[in-house]
Amino acid sequence: MDLEETKLPGVGLRHDFTTARGRRIGVISTRGGERELLVYSQDDPDACHAVVDLDGDEAEVLAELLGQPRVIERLARLREQIEGLATEGIYLEDSSPYVGKTLGDAAIRSRTGASVVALVRNGEVVPSPAPSQQFSSGDKIVVVGTQEGVRATAELLHNG
Amino acid sequence: MHTAALLIELGAVIFGLGLVGRLAGRLGISPVPLYLLAGLAFGAGGVVPLNAPEGFLDAASEIGVVMLLLLLGLEYSAGDLLGNLRRQAPVGVLDLLLNGLPGAAFGLLLGFGPVGALAMFGITAVSSSGIVAKVLADLGRLGNRETPSVLGILVLEDLGMAVYLPILTAVLAASGVWEATGSVLIALACLAVALVVALRWGSVISKFVSGGSGEVTLLRVLGLALLVAGVAEQLHVSAAVGAFLLGISLSNDLAPEAHHRLEPLRDLFAAVFFVSFGLSTDPSSLPPVLLPALVLVVVGVVTKLVTGWVAARRAGIAVPGRIRAGAALIPRGEFSIVIAGLATAAGVDARLAALAAAYVLVMAVLGPVLARFADPWARAYVRRQREKAATTAR
Repeated sequence: MDLEETKLPGVGLRHDFTTARGRRIGVISTRGGERELLVYSQDDPDACHAVVDLDGDEAEVLAELLGQPRVIERLARLREQIEGLATEGIYLEDSSPYVGKTLGDAAIRSRTGASVVALVRNGEVVPSPAPSQQFSSGDKIVVVGTQEGVRATAELLHNG
Repeated sequence: MHTAALLIELGAVIFGLGLVGRLAGRLGISPVPLYLLAGLAFGAGGVVPLNAPEGFLDAASEIGVVMLLLLLGLEYSAGDLLGNLRRQAPVGVLDLLLNGLPGAAFGLLLGFGPVGALAMFGITAVSSSGIVAKVLADLGRLGNRETPSVLGILVLEDLGMAVYLPILTAVLAASGVWEATGSVLIALACLAVALVVALRWGSVISKFVSGGSGEVTLLRVLGLALLVAGVAEQLHVSAAVGAFLLGISLSNDLAPEAHHRLEPLRDLFAAVFFVSFGLSTDPSSLPPVLLPALVLVVVGVVTKLVTGWVAARRAGIAVPGRIRAGAALIPRGEFSIVIAGLATAAGVDARLAALAAAYVLVMAVLGPVLARFADPWARAYVRRQREKAATTAR
């Protein structure tokens, strides 16, 4: 993927690239902090099919939404980078005693030393869940810690 | 009694401009032509002649030109300017010659004399960067791939004006050919020195005015701008160019802050400038120049289309984008009025102001309309090309 940068004098900067499937998209960053999301037309590659104006906050929310699934990818990479650090996505089965309980009830951190960094439910990611976060069966609980800590967490979530 | 009259008339004018500006927003056009019309309606020979605020309007319109150019300069860093010059210089030269020479020829034909012809060159050469940038943003074209070429031309035109305005001011102020040559040379030398100062020691100047509360920044930047503009005017480099160069040298860390603080002031004083140009133009002088103005409009539309076509083709843009680039460049505006204002103040043929007013009025309204029109046309063109390709494939 080639990210192209173009200066727009008096306006700001434009970044754009072509996706693997051939759509061209881009973002204009104005000096005032606003962002414009650009979707190029397929018929006329020089023109934009859609332009969405975003203020600073909106752009941040969009970036977060687009970036979230990558949290887990990055964690996987992190495991390779830092020796001794283990990451695992543990599925919560129907039989688990923690179905319907909260993250606080499980007290994973104080009992195993491992931390729950995210929860994946129906493909949606809840990053850094609060202690009040309820578990339901089928959740994927993303845990980071030592090998033993992660193993102990899996054990704990299965059998209590 | 005088104060009361001044406040009432001035208040009415500014409030009226606000209403007119709102109307322009509704119609989706630039307010510049409407400000001109408002000025024409109230000035000498207009519906209601204004007398009380004349002195204030004159001073405010001078400040308006300084503010317009100062903020324009703030838009660009020296790096932007030089980078564009290196990449697009041939297009910039083509743009200025192709669009300026017909204006100059008209000036000679109408008997404005060589100095008037020089002024007409500038009036027809430059697009309005304000209107063009607004049209591009309104039509959602900032992301289009022809847009950097369009913006690049605007930058070069602004830079071209930085050279042209001092020449024009020097020629306007001089009496004979030799004197004119001398003052042009002095003006250009001053310009070169100022550019080097802006490029080299811009950060020093910035440091000089940055720091402290918003209020003191505003006062220092505005004060410095007026000072520099005044000194430049004394040296016959033109106040506008002084302000533009100051803007360029301030265009780094300070620029967003200064821009934010000065923008409302620019809007106010620039509006006064346009209305005051309209005020000083007698509406009855318009009909005689209407025909030449319209011919000039047709020529000007065609030459800008050619400029845009060439610039976009150089950037590897397809036919629809080339047309869009040309159409976007059509509007003339603030610079043309600035030049006409300078020329009339120096005593060039009074018809020149009327011709410039009529020309800008038509162009500033026609430009955005044509730019909008380019979109459906481009879509139809692309569809036709695809159908043609489909039939040949079969």
